[in-house]
Amino acid sequence: MQIYLPIAEVSVNMFVILGLGGMVGMLSGIFGVGGGFLMTPILIMIGIPPAVAVATEANQIVASSFSGVLAHFKRKTVDIKMGLILMVGGLVGATLGVQIFKYLKSIGQVELLVTLSYVIFLGLVGGMMFIESLNAIRRAGKPGALPKKKKHSWMHGLPFKTRFRTSGLYISVIPPIVIGIAVGILAAIMGVGGGFIMVPAMIYMLGMPTKVVVGTSLFQIIFVTAYTTLSHATQNFTVDAILALLLILGGVIGAQIGTRVGVKLKAEQLRILLAGMVLIMCAKLALDLLLMPSELFSIGAGGH
Amino acid sequence: MLRILITAIMLIASPLMAQEDVVVDLSQNRVDITATFAGSNIFVFGAVKREAPLPEGTGPLDVAIVIEGPLETVTVRRKEKKLGIWVNTDSVEVHEAPSFFTIATTRPLVEMLNEGDRRDYAIGLDFAVRPQGPSEEDVESFAEAVIRIRQDDGLYSQREGIVNLTEETLFEADISLPANLVEGDYNVRIYLIRDKNIVSDATVGIAVRKAGLEAWLYNLSREYALLYGLLSIFVALAAGYGASEIFRRLKR
Repeated sequence: MQIYLPIAEVSVNMFVILGLGGMVGMLSGIFGVGGGFLMTPILIMIGIPPAVAVATEANQIVASSFSGVLAHFKRKTVDIKMGLILMVGGLVGATLGVQIFKYLKSIGQVELLVTLSYVIFLGLVGGMMFIESLNAIRRAGKPGALPKKKKHSWMHGLPFKTRFRTSGLYISVIPPIVIGIAVGILAAIMGVGGGFIMVPAMIYMLGMPTKVVVGTSLFQIIFVTAYTTLSHATQNFTVDAILALLLILGGVIGAQIGTRVGVKLKAEQLRILLAGMVLIMCAKLALDLLLMPSELFSIGAGGH
Repeated sequence: MLRILITAIMLIASPLMAQEDVVVDLSQNRVDITATFAGSNIFVFGAVKREAPLPEGTGPLDVAIVIEGPLETVTVRRKEKKLGIWVNTDSVEVHEAPSFFTIATTRPLVEMLNEGDRRDYAIGLDFAVRPQGPSEEDVESFAEAVIRIRQDDGLYSQREGIVNLTEETLFEADISLPANLVEGDYNVRIYLIRDKNIVSDATVGIAVRKAGLEAWLYNLSREYALLYGLLSIFVALAAGYGASEIFRRLKR
């Protein structure tokens, strides 16, 4: 059934959008990522204007993350204190990111820089996680393997130390705030929640336990994407309510299924699957830059 | 205005030509874009009014119908390979690019109308986009790109032979409009052509408007953007909570 989107001004098949929402929502529930890094490029591929895709996707992530985080709250796998600190950084970062986005747009290269940052970050994060998970699975297979000791790095010398009970950490608030800002900037530029960067950063840089990471990441993503949605709605008028509703309906259901599937998977399996997905998306976007496009011209809205 | 003037001059300049006028109407003057809008059909019909019988040996009569969306300025970018990757390098602003353009005719266009009139009246896909300013070869390739891309999107088309002309007097055409139509004031231009020259023309307007829920949401998003944004977030949170509750109960 076709449905006309009032803001995007295109007609789409309702069931395609519902299905996409469900698929990405499920990934969101399993991995604790918003799924924007998959959904935003897919929406653009099916003909939604990029500006609308980015803004509406942010709105969908609010719903799927909220649905997912409720399940995590029940299992007490959300580090609220850590989430709030990351959120403060995230909001600051998102504000900066929107300004950077505007600047890139004014020099006419926003599309290239968005794609490049996708390729670089998806490649780095995916590659790192893949190798790490492979090693972890190999180690686990050998008898007498010892769990890695927590390293005492330079991070432990920083001031403003505080205790994160849920994560079992006693670290400075500076690293989470810096990570929040960095992810917030990237999230605003790339039009995603930033979970795919946040999750590995929490595991590898802050040393948080994997089970807590997923819920905490979702918790933080809700606030950052709600803020992004509001910015887009008031500044660019690019949030499409009907597209969002369809994506949300599919997404929340998918997220519920995903959260239950996620519990049954082992941490290493979870990580290697996510790494694979991130790498596939990275390869797709890299090919777009490297191969000659079938149409060299593109139409942008309006003049200067 | 210019078109009427040219037609008038042409008619005065050729007194031998019999006076022929076009009378036309549409099945509808308004297209409502509702939530389930999946394209529409416009039925164009009309007749040829003659004051005197046709002189002997006059050539065949043809009809061309052009439906044109509102004109807009678009920025067209071209990609080039730089340092191994494809990036946007040049951009050109193309003025007067209609958001929608379709032409329906009785016969292949080049056989029924001279090129001068085709260009002057923008009759034909190749004249759909009129690049302004210096008409360098380069700018033309950007204008051609607009035509090519919009043709692929189904927004521009040339439908030769779909206008039915009966007894050189009555004509009709059923012209479909695609689902990705944009709001605005559309013009339907009808040309009566004899011996490759335009002898009469008429213009009728179609108002394409969002209606119902579409219009309400669109206006809300522009006029009460903050409320619209907050509402979007509220719906998202409610849906997230709703799904979580439903699944929790189902599990029990």
